[in-house]
Amino acid sequence: MAKRIYIFKRFERFWHWSQALLIIFMMITGFEVHGLYTLFGFESAVGFHTTAAWALITLWIFAIFWHFTTGEWKQYIPTLNKVDAMMKYYLTGIFTHAEHPFRQSTLTKHNPLQRLAYLGVKLLINPLIWFTGFLYLFYSSWNAWGIGWLSLEWVATLHVIGAFMMLVFFIAHVYLATAGHTATSHIKAMITGWEEVD
Amino acid sequence: MSIRNTLLLAFCMTGTMLATTIAVANVQPPVTATNAVTEVKTVQAPTKISSATDSKQNKKSVSTADHSKFDELQKDFKSGPEVTTACLECHTEAAKQVHKTKHWTWEYINPATKQKLGKKNVINNFCTSVTSNQTFCSACHVGYGWADDNFDFTKEENVDCVVCHDTTGKYKKLPGLSGHPNYESMEWPPHSGKFREATDLTNIAQSVGKTSRKTCGSCHFYGGGGNAVKHGDLDSSLVNPKHYLDVHMETEGLDFSCAKCHLSDSHEVSGSRYAPTAVDTDGVLMRGKADGRNPTTCQACHGDTPHKAEHPKLNEHTDKIACQTCHIPEYARGPLATKMSWDWSTAGTLDENGHRKQVKGSDGRTLYDSKKGDFTYDRYVIPEYVWFNGDIKYTLFGDKVDGEDLVKINEFLGTPGAPDSRIWPVKTFRGKQPYDVGNQTLAIFHTAGKDDSAFWGNYDWDKAIKWGMEAAGADYSGEFKFVETEMSWPITHMVAPKEDALTCKQCHKKEGRLEGVEGVYIPGRDANPWIYKIGLLIALLTLIGVAIHGGIRVYMHKRGE
Repeated sequence: MAKRIYIFKRFERFWHWSQALLIIFMMITGFEVHGLYTLFGFESAVGFHTTAAWALITLWIFAIFWHFTTGEWKQYIPTLNKVDAMMKYYLTGIFTHAEHPFRQSTLTKHNPLQRLAYLGVKLLINPLIWFTGFLYLFYSSWNAWGIGWLSLEWVATLHVIGAFMMLVFFIAHVYLATAGHTATSHIKAMITGWEEVD
Repeated sequence: MSIRNTLLLAFCMTGTMLATTIAVANVQPPVTATNAVTEVKTVQAPTKISSATDSKQNKKSVSTADHSKFDELQKDFKSGPEVTTACLECHTEAAKQVHKTKHWTWEYINPATKQKLGKKNVINNFCTSVTSNQTFCSACHVGYGWADDNFDFTKEENVDCVVCHDTTGKYKKLPGLSGHPNYESMEWPPHSGKFREATDLTNIAQSVGKTSRKTCGSCHFYGGGGNAVKHGDLDSSLVNPKHYLDVHMETEGLDFSCAKCHLSDSHEVSGSRYAPTAVDTDGVLMRGKADGRNPTTCQACHGDTPHKAEHPKLNEHTDKIACQTCHIPEYARGPLATKMSWDWSTAGTLDENGHRKQVKGSDGRTLYDSKKGDFTYDRYVIPEYVWFNGDIKYTLFGDKVDGEDLVKINEFLGTPGAPDSRIWPVKTFRGKQPYDVGNQTLAIFHTAGKDDSAFWGNYDWDKAIKWGMEAAGADYSGEFKFVETEMSWPITHMVAPKEDALTCKQCHKKEGRLEGVEGVYIPGRDANPWIYKIGLLIALLTLIGVAIHGGIRVYMHKRGE
């Protein structure tokens, strides 16, 4: 019989799902603004995207506060320990129901690959999108800020690169959510907070 | 929405984020009533002056002088100069002032390019040139008697006061009369069998008043030889425009006269086609702070960031595009079509009896005329868009034309993306007209006149060009050909209601309004093709990768059962 442990606290789950919705919504509206398709119409897409951005920034402010006050930021300290074992597991072991090389606990709730991936999101993808998006939003202030030499094309292009990185992360992340103890155990944990472990 | 408000809002949103998102973005600004509605209306007894104007008299300001009571005007005037002489008895400086203006000299030296411009010097691609055709062209000269080079530009009584200050609507200078109205009953239009009564100069002189859309329009609406022909954003529909046609001039609304924007001082009217103001970042023009600024720009009243806070992104466009680009989405939006092309090369073909041929379309517009060639027209025309810094370079008489290349009669200068330039809407008029092959210049030719050389009557290009070139002080080489030409005007009148302004999507898409306009990154139009392809490819490969991985997992799992 599988054991259950409490991994994701209430705020963490709220943060995760509202962030997920916002990011999905921002990808949909953002790629529309970029001209990939027409869904809401350009003007509405820009308005939605901007409002969602402010909402996400607000959420991030709370999340950052939460990470530091709870010490949960330590979950993202990178480690190479067992990374090779994880890679091997995803490439072979997972197909043969081999034993998962990582044991979740409340102190280490992310496996080493997750740690690296999430750290990458937090230190590379998010800042890239956030920073370029912020510049994008305050385009008319560039001259006043002394950065009038910036090219909107470059800022926009970097923003889009960040968006595609987020899209790739999103696809892999959604799939790997099925790679827990059972196909749905990670997802259940993210909803209820309780994860089944061996 | 200000940042503070947005932040506040965003804070409230952490709970029901998406639902609120949609709700907020759908908030529409309240519709504000036009100022005109709340304007205080002063009603006064009708006077002789205002009775000549339309039903809006209760809104018009009224002069303190009733010219019908002036002794100087109690005369039976026989000619225009007689009227002017009477005007000058009181308005002693008026003619001297007019003498200094482009309306009088038809000459303008562009300070930036040093080119000698003005109607007297420029060759256009409509009737082409004033030289040798003054008796006709001077129907729009603010003077009397300019028939040829002997005209005395220093005579004060040669100034035509009433063409601008008439309020009766009955004053008309006819082509062929060298700037005079008809003093006797005269068949008009020629060969029409209809007659124009002799101009009642006394009544007109006693009714003078401020300039109006009608007086300015009596020339400016008819540029290029007819109503709506030349500009596309100026035609007689602006005498009494509805809201949709022009939000400023709307008769039932703000009811702007031309002079409301084209403020004048000492008869010098502001605003110029030769040296327009393409960029104006100095904000609203306050009274007393003239600073030599052009008061006709949109920004002189609206400033450079006029859009309301509900649409913060709109103000961020003003560093790249002129107001007119969005707010005049099409020109010729009235009932009248504007001329789009004029091919002189087909002119001169007569019917089987050797008579002038005229082909008219079902709407009555002339499509072909032996005198002039082929025409095309259009309404609701989408402008062309160019980067413009206010400098216009002309191809003048004598400038080299080799016949190989299309001749840009004027070229709007500007640097894509530069702070001194904006994207402007223009009307570009295209045509074919003669050039002197030997002298390699656009030809000046004699169009109208009762002689054996005027093209309109003799249909002989060589004779017409010889006469015209000689009038311009040049020798005709004896050989002419037709060359393709292009000429542009900024579109700046017929400002549409804001509801009709361009929507985002009209530019923010591929093949939108600004397709091909360089120097600006337009989200939705411009996407780095590599980033876009590589990004989608990697995303697709990731998707395929996880699909295969997942597929194997499912397969192995099933086999294991």
